[in-house]
Amino acid sequence: MPTRPRSTDKLYLPSSGLRTPVARRSVLHGAMGAGAVGALAACGGDDAATDSASGGSAGAGATSLGSNKGDEVPRAAEDAMLAAFTEATGIEVEANVQDNETFQENINSYLQGTPQDTFTWFAGFRARFFDDQGFIGDITDVWDEIGDGFTDGFREASANGDKQILVPLYNYPWAMFYRKSLFEENGYEIPEDREAFVALCEQMQGDGLNPIALGDADGWPAMGTFDILNMRLNGYDFHIDLMAGDIDWDTAEVRRVFEEWATLLPFHQPDPVGRTWQDAAASLLQRESGMYLLGMFVGEQFPEGEDRDDLDFFNFPELDSSIGSGAIDAPIDGYMMTANPENEEAAKELLAFIGSAEAGDIYIATNPTNIAAHNDADTSAYSELQLKAAELIGNAENIAQFLDRDTRPDFASTVVIPTLQTFLQNPDDIDRVVSDLQAGKERLFTGEA
Amino acid sequence: MATTTAPPRPRKGRGLQLLTRRDKTVLTLMVGLPALLVGAVVWVPVVLTVVLSFTSWNGIGLPAASDWVGTQNFVDITTNYPPFWIAIRNNALWLVVFFLIATPLGMLMAVLLDRELKGSWFYRSALYMPVVLSLALAGFIWQLIYSRDQGLLNRVLGLESADRIDWYGDPDINIWAVLVIASWRHVGYIMLLYLAGLKSVDPALKEAASVDGASEVRTFFSVVFPTMAPINVVVLVITVIESLRAFDLVWVINGGRNGLEVIGALILSNIAGEASLVGFGSALATILILVSLVFIVIYMVNILREEKR
Repeated sequence: MPTRPRSTDKLYLPSSGLRTPVARRSVLHGAMGAGAVGALAACGGDDAATDSASGGSAGAGATSLGSNKGDEVPRAAEDAMLAAFTEATGIEVEANVQDNETFQENINSYLQGTPQDTFTWFAGFRARFFDDQGFIGDITDVWDEIGDGFTDGFREASANGDKQILVPLYNYPWAMFYRKSLFEENGYEIPEDREAFVALCEQMQGDGLNPIALGDADGWPAMGTFDILNMRLNGYDFHIDLMAGDIDWDTAEVRRVFEEWATLLPFHQPDPVGRTWQDAAASLLQRESGMYLLGMFVGEQFPEGEDRDDLDFFNFPELDSSIGSGAIDAPIDGYMMTANPENEEAAKELLAFIGSAEAGDIYIATNPTNIAAHNDADTSAYSELQLKAAELIGNAENIAQFLDRDTRPDFASTVVIPTLQTFLQNPDDIDRVVSDLQAGKERLFTGEA
Repeated sequence: MATTTAPPRPRKGRGLQLLTRRDKTVLTLMVGLPALLVGAVVWVPVVLTVVLSFTSWNGIGLPAASDWVGTQNFVDITTNYPPFWIAIRNNALWLVVFFLIATPLGMLMAVLLDRELKGSWFYRSALYMPVVLSLALAGFIWQLIYSRDQGLLNRVLGLESADRIDWYGDPDINIWAVLVIASWRHVGYIMLLYLAGLKSVDPALKEAASVDGASEVRTFFSVVFPTMAPINVVVLVITVIESLRAFDLVWVINGGRNGLEVIGALILSNIAGEASLVGFGSALATILILVSLVFIVIYMVNILREEKR
C-alpha cells in the first residue's frame, strides 16, 4: 500500500545531532527494559520510578503505546518525549514500535487483536473511520484539559462529531518548494495568481528548466496536486464534501479541476508515473526543475548545509480570485486511545502530556521536520523554513489533511491512485477519469450514512 | 444390462479382508491425515474465499448477515472496476508469452546444453542465476536498466530527454518490459527442469535414430520429445501456474497499477491495507480460482485418459 514514507523525518538534523539520538536511544532502551520490569513489579509497590515522580500524580502505574515511529529520528524523538512523561508522572510507558508502513498496513488486525492502550495515528477521516468501527476510546475529557492549547482547526480534525478521539502532536504543510538561489539568479518572482504562475512556468521553460517536478510512481504524490487544485478552484468546503462522498465526482466542478490540471500538465516533468518522488526531488536539487509541490519532507532529499538552507517554499497561488488561496494541505499526526485500554487513567495522562506544549517541544527538538501542533510551542529553535511553515499553517483559513486522510482509505488506494495515474498518462480523456472515479465512489460509499 | 449379469466382483472384498486390523489403521492414517491436511490448508480456505466473495465484509469483526451482497461484487468487478479487464488481458498475455517464447526458449537452451559443450556449467549457472534471485531483487536490478532518467537502456539507445522511453511508467510498454524480466527468469527455470528430463532419456534411443540417418532436429521431435511426455506435462503445468500467479514482480515495480494490473496484485491491493475490502478481494480471488479450475480440469481429464489407455 502506498503510504507516505516518513523516513522523511531524517531531515534537518545537525550532524552532531545524529549522534545524540542514537546515544539517547540506547540509553532509553535500557530505561524501557527497566520500565517493563517495573511494570511487572508495580503490583508489589512503587520503586525507583516514584522517586522522580514529582508531585506523585494519582495515576501512577503503567500504560502502553503502539507506535509507527520505527525510523531512527522519529523514534528517538518519541523516546525522548516518553522519557519526559515518565519522569514527570512516574508512569511507565511500554512502547511497541514498528516501522511505519507495516504498522499502517496492519492497523485493522492490530486494533482487532490486543492493541496497546494508546497508538499513533493520523487526524481526519482516517481516524474517524476506525472510531466508527468501535476501536477508539473517547478522550473528550482529556481535551477539556488540553483544549485551550489548540486552534479550532486541530480540534475539529481530532474529533468525530462531539467526541474527541485524537491528540495532535505535529503537522507539516504541503507547498511549492523551490531553491532560493535559482529564483534569485533568474529573477523569478513568487506568483500570487494564476496569470503570474503560468508566466513563471513559461519563463522557466524558456530558461531550459522543467518548471514543476512531479514523480507519482508511489501513487500518492499526485493526490497533493489534486487537493490543491480542487481547493483553489472549488474551495475547501467543496473539497471536504467531495472527499466525504457527499458530492459526485462526475460533476462540472471536478471536471474543471482535471481540465485545469491538463493545461498545467505540460509544465510538469514528463512521464511522472514511472518516477519516484525522490527522483523528482533530485531534479529540484540538481536545478533541473524549478518548483515542486510536496510536503515539507522534501527537504530530506537535500543534503544538509548549503543545499538545505537554500530550500524555500511559497503557498500555491490562487487560481480563482473568488476562492483565494486560504486552504492548504497540512496533515496532522497524533495519538489515540484504544477502546478498551488496560489502564485508562494512565493512558489518558499520557495523552494529556502529549497534548502539552512541552511534549511537542521535546519531540520537535529531536525531529525538526515538523511543526509542533500546540499553540504555545517554543519556536525559538525553529529553522527559517520551520518558522515559515508555522506561519503558513497559522494563517491558513482552512486546513485539509491530504486526500488519503480525508476520504475512505479503500477509495483512496484502490480507486483514486490508479485513476490519477491514468489521467497523468492520458490527460485528454477527462470523461473517462471522472466516470471511473464516480463508479468507484458509487461502489465504495454505498450503504453509508 | 450386461454388467449387472456379470459375476460379482469378489476381488475387492477379499482384498480388504486380507488386510489385518493394523494394516487398516496404517492405511487410514496414511490416506486420512494428508487428506485432512489438504482439506484444512487448501479446501477450507478456498470454500471460505468463495463464501466471502458474496459479502461486503471489511475484515473487521465477524462477517454478519448484513454483509451479504449476493453477486454484487462480481457485477461490480466486471462492469464497474476498470483494472479488472486490463488484468485479465495481462494474465493472458503473460500466458501466451510464456507459452510461445519463454518456455520453448528454455527447452532449446536445455537441449543445447545437454550436448556436453565445453564450459556448459558456466552457461547453465548463468541461465539459472535469475531464478535464484528474489523477484524483489530482480525488479530492482532491472530498474537500473529501465529507469527513464538514469537507466542503462535509454542511455544505450542514445535517447535524450523528451525522447526517452519510460519503460516502467508507460502503460502501453511496461507490461512488455516486465514480461522480459519474467521470461528472463522463466527460461532458466524451464531449462533446469528440462535438462534433468533429458538426462533420463536413454542415449540408445538417440543413437538408434542417428544410425537410421535422422537429423538432430528430427531426432529431437520424433524420438526425444515424445519419450519426454511426463516432463513436457510438468513444464506445461508450470508455465500455466507461473502465468496465473504472476504477482510479485509487478507488485515490486509499482503495486500492480498503471498497465501492470494482474489478478494477483488486484487481490492483494483490495484485501491488504487499512480499509480492507475482503469481500471484493475474495470475489477477485474466486475468479482466479475458476480460471485455474479450467486448466486443472483439462489437465485431470488428460491424465485420466492416459491412465485408461
